[in-house]
Amino acid sequence: MNFDKELDARGLNCPLPILRAKKALAELTPGQILRILATDPGSVKDFQAFAKQTGNELLSSAENNKEFEFFIKRK
Amino acid sequence: MGATPEVAVIDDLIRQRLDEILPQKLQELEDSKTPSLAIIATKGTLDWAYPPFILASTAAALGWDVTIFFTFYGLQLVKKDVSDLKVSPLGNPGMPMKMPFGPDWFKSINWNIPNVIQAGIPGFETVATKLMQQTIANNGVAKIEELRELSQEAGVKFVVCQMTVELFGFNHEDFVDGMDYVGAASFLPVAQKADVTLFI
Repeated sequence: MNFDKELDARGLNCPLPILRAKKALAELTPGQILRILATDPGSVKDFQAFAKQTGNELLSSAENNKEFEFFIKRK
Repeated sequence: MGATPEVAVIDDLIRQRLDEILPQKLQELEDSKTPSLAIIATKGTLDWAYPPFILASTAAALGWDVTIFFTFYGLQLVKKDVSDLKVSPLGNPGMPMKMPFGPDWFKSINWNIPNVIQAGIPGFETVATKLMQQTIANNGVAKIEELRELSQEAGVKFVVCQMTVELFGFNHEDFVDGMDYVGAASFLPVAQKADVTLFI
C-alpha cells in the first residue's frame, strides 16, 4: 500500500504509539496515509479505538513476526 | 378532567413522531459532543505518576478535553524537576520486585523481601527506584517528563490546588509553567460537566 509518511513505533509501549501517531497524522493533509510499525501487542485494539474515536480511517492492520503494521488515512 | 378526543389524537401523533426522530437526534447530539475527562491526581510517587499522565495524554490524542487537578502529593508531579520521584516497595505487597538485568531465569525471580529488612536498609528506596527506572526504560515505557510534556502540548489543562501549595511550603516557581492555581470551587464545576472523572 502506498503511504505518505511512516512512523516507527517499534519498541515503544502504551501510550506512546498512539501519541506519536496522533502527532504524525497532524503533519499530514486530509486523505494522506500514515504507515505505523509497532511491537506493542496492545496497539492492535488501541489503533482500532483511536480510529473510531478520531474519525481517521484504519485502512489495514496486520501482524507478521510479532510486528504490527497499520495504515491510517487522515480525516 | 380528561383531554378532549382531538387533543388525545394530537398527543398520540406527537408521541409516535418523537419515537421516530428522537433516537437519531440524540445520537447526533452524542456524536457531535467532545468528550471530556477530569482527573484528580493525589499521589506523588514514580509509579503513581503514570496513570494520570497516560490517561490524560491518550484522551487528548483521542480529541477529548482534559483537565488534571493536582493536589496533596500530586503536586510532586508538576514540579519542574521530576527526576527525584521515587517508588517505595515498603508496605506495598502488590509490587513485584524483579531485577531488570541478567539472564531470564534471574529476571523472573520475585524478591520477597520482608518489610522489616526493607525498612532497616538505608537507601533501599533509592535502589528500588533505580531498578524501576531501568525496568521502565527496558520496556519502552515513556518517562514521566515526556508524558507530561506531551499532555501539555496536546492541550491538557493543568490546575493546581493552591491550598496544598501553601500547606507543603511550595512556591509557584517550583512548578512548570502554564498552570492555574485554584481551589475546589473552581475544579468541581469542571468535574460536573466532565463525562469521565477519575480520582487517582
